[in-house]
Amino acid sequence: MSEKALEGTKVLEYASFISGPYCSKLLADLGAEVIKIERTGVGDEARRRGPFLGDIPHPERSGLFLYLNTNKKGITLDPETQTGRKIFLELVRWADILIEDKPPKEMEELGFTYDKLKEINPQLIMTSITPFGQTGPYRDYKAYPLNVVHGAGSGYLAPGGSQNLEREPVKSTSFSDDAACGISAAFATICALLPRWSTGVGQYIDVSKQEALMAMDQVELCQYPNEGKVASRKVDPRMAIRVTPCKDGDMMIIAMDDRQWKGLVSMMDEPEWTKDEIFKDILSRMQHMGEMLKNVAPWAMQHTRDEMYHTGQERGAPVAPIRSIEEAANWQQFKERDFFVEIDHPKAGRISYPSAPYKLSKTPWEGGAAPLLGQHNEEVYSTLLGYSKEDIVMMREAGVI
Amino acid sequence: METNKRPLDGIRVIDFSQVWAGPYATLLLALMGAEVIKVESRKRIDGSRLSSLTTGQRFSGFDSSTVYNELNLNKMDICLDLGQPKAIELAKRLVTISDVALQNFRPGVMDRLGLGYEALSEVKPNIIYLSSSACGSTGPERAYAGYAPGFASLSGLASLTGYSDGPPFTMGGRIDLISATTSAFAIVAALNYRARTGEGQYIDLSSSESISVTIGDVLMDYTMNRRSRRRDGNHDEVMAPHNCYRCKGEDDWISIAISNDEEWRAFVNAIGNLDWARDEKFQDAFSRKQNEDELDRLISQWTINHTKYEVMDMLQKAGVAAVPSFSSEDLFNDPHLKERGFATELEHPIMGKTTVLSPPWKLSATPARITRHAPLFGEHNNYVFGELLGMSQEEIETLMEEEVIH
Repeated sequence: MSEKALEGTKVLEYASFISGPYCSKLLADLGAEVIKIERTGVGDEARRRGPFLGDIPHPERSGLFLYLNTNKKGITLDPETQTGRKIFLELVRWADILIEDKPPKEMEELGFTYDKLKEINPQLIMTSITPFGQTGPYRDYKAYPLNVVHGAGSGYLAPGGSQNLEREPVKSTSFSDDAACGISAAFATICALLPRWSTGVGQYIDVSKQEALMAMDQVELCQYPNEGKVASRKVDPRMAIRVTPCKDGDMMIIAMDDRQWKGLVSMMDEPEWTKDEIFKDILSRMQHMGEMLKNVAPWAMQHTRDEMYHTGQERGAPVAPIRSIEEAANWQQFKERDFFVEIDHPKAGRISYPSAPYKLSKTPWEGGAAPLLGQHNEEVYSTLLGYSKEDIVMMREAGVI
Repeated sequence: METNKRPLDGIRVIDFSQVWAGPYATLLLALMGAEVIKVESRKRIDGSRLSSLTTGQRFSGFDSSTVYNELNLNKMDICLDLGQPKAIELAKRLVTISDVALQNFRPGVMDRLGLGYEALSEVKPNIIYLSSSACGSTGPERAYAGYAPGFASLSGLASLTGYSDGPPFTMGGRIDLISATTSAFAIVAALNYRARTGEGQYIDLSSSESISVTIGDVLMDYTMNRRSRRRDGNHDEVMAPHNCYRCKGEDDWISIAISNDEEWRAFVNAIGNLDWARDEKFQDAFSRKQNEDELDRLISQWTINHTKYEVMDMLQKAGVAAVPSFSSEDLFNDPHLKERGFATELEHPIMGKTTVLSPPWKLSATPARITRHAPLFGEHNNYVFGELLGMSQEEIETLMEEEVIH
């Protein structure tokens, strides 16, 4: 077995639900040793959220939890007890990286600020992922993923191409933006790890989910200070990316540069209307997107998404079918690339998980199951921290672990 | 202790990528301190110098694109016509003094040019080489071209976004930038591996997969239960209220999400214990979800009498998650973001004063930083060919005449 990219990196996770756990999952999947702390008794919030295997709610059968916590070790701990606090600090001493997502006040009350923790471990990299960051008037505001998306300005842009502004702006799907915040935080965290190999410098990383998401919408957002334009979900007639209904669903079409336009024309077998002056160049096409779509629509209704996709791609038009979840999950391209992998789990059995979007030639991705609640208590408390069996029994009875 | 040091100081990246997904990845590396050399040519100008697919903007000349500026801060720019053998040789010489190479041509193109991983790892054995493509560099659709809306479409994400009775939404720049952040993460993971082992490697990144992994839970609902979820506006599977509600003002909205009975009681209290809010059909999470349409309507009747800021203030004080659906104008005038220094003003030699976003993470010891505006077209030819490769002015001029440096 080859050495993994982040092998030897020790990560303590004190986080729940999506962004924080996803951040440390990315590190765990690349070989970091992640110990995840869950609250005694209840565990990670994601355990109480679906999808549940067979639609039977159970903390060990949540697809959301199973997905976000692959390759980690799990322990239970109540850091609000004195012993729990002491153990937390012992784990901080062990760790290279601490990833946490608690409200800033909660960490302060527990005495787990970076300033305190670095006294215990001066080389610690501590990454905090919160809705609005550690400073500023909104830092203590509560925000679920829905609120983060709207608070970052992403919601205001969706669904783009709306004709009716009486309807509300919407979130992007599911929890994808919260996961995106996790990726951004993971990037910053392993950047900070690099100088550690040479200089051993520790540091604190403040990640505001609002700003992490704004960064990803920056091209739309920065139109305001630079051009005075407030982008919104309202249809922008110049937009060269459109969705058109076709015989068996919806198709995304682009006709921006000449090559793409020629591809699109060729895909449709060169209809007469495409020869009109108004479609002669990119500038003119952008001014006449409406006319273009009106002409494309009847043709599209005669063709399936797959016909358009394969013919279009062959001829230089980067069109794409809008796939349902079922279709995406069964996409041949994913199969050939082994994008879904089966992972065995003691309670959920063998099920299929999305793996990673990158293939590193020397350090391949490997899937290991998410931990059961408190699965690694024994290993962590006795082997790693040196507590006796009797201690562990007592701590369990006291509700510490 | 804050220093001028940055985490990727001393790392050199040669960037053959264009448009958004590649350039944003190298932007993140450049903000973290890497020296990024971007390769363009008159025959292959980065499209974002000219226009933006997503916003429909068009720019005049090569050096007046705000979009290019935002995505290429801190970088250097050279022009090399990769159609010419001499240019390939120069690119290879640059690779020998680089740590990372990145490209987002269609799979196979760089190999044909003689700049594939195998060729480059011969001249620089420990190079980290990332290929970013729509569908990945293996599999039947490897040669298919794609842009961000394509990744959103193929990955399943677009079908999940929008109103339940409306069309799907392919989203904007975010899709490219998520893919780009993923690329940057994979590169730094490989840099960590190299720091320990001295070895480089090849990274094959699929942009469609980079979007699919952000909806892992939804895909697993399919693999576990054969359920194919559809878009449903702002709604959540279990939480209610969970929506955007219209406020006083023009196109002003507030998002409100309530996850348990305690938050519900705080909400009812904060809005003044209105009669309807005490109706038993809203008293537990299950009932609220069952009666969600009515609940949404009633909440809207309350929010419409207040500004979004009033609602945020009232509800946050009560411990309820309420945040406006901010527009870009709101964000750039927001006191919280201003206090955090979220934006940076920059002087650009052609455009004058421009505004870009500051790096989205605050690192205490080695902070990410914006050091300069995006490069003008070919701005660093002399520095890169002259100083880095040690070529004479004469040599450079000859290559310009031959349109190798072009």
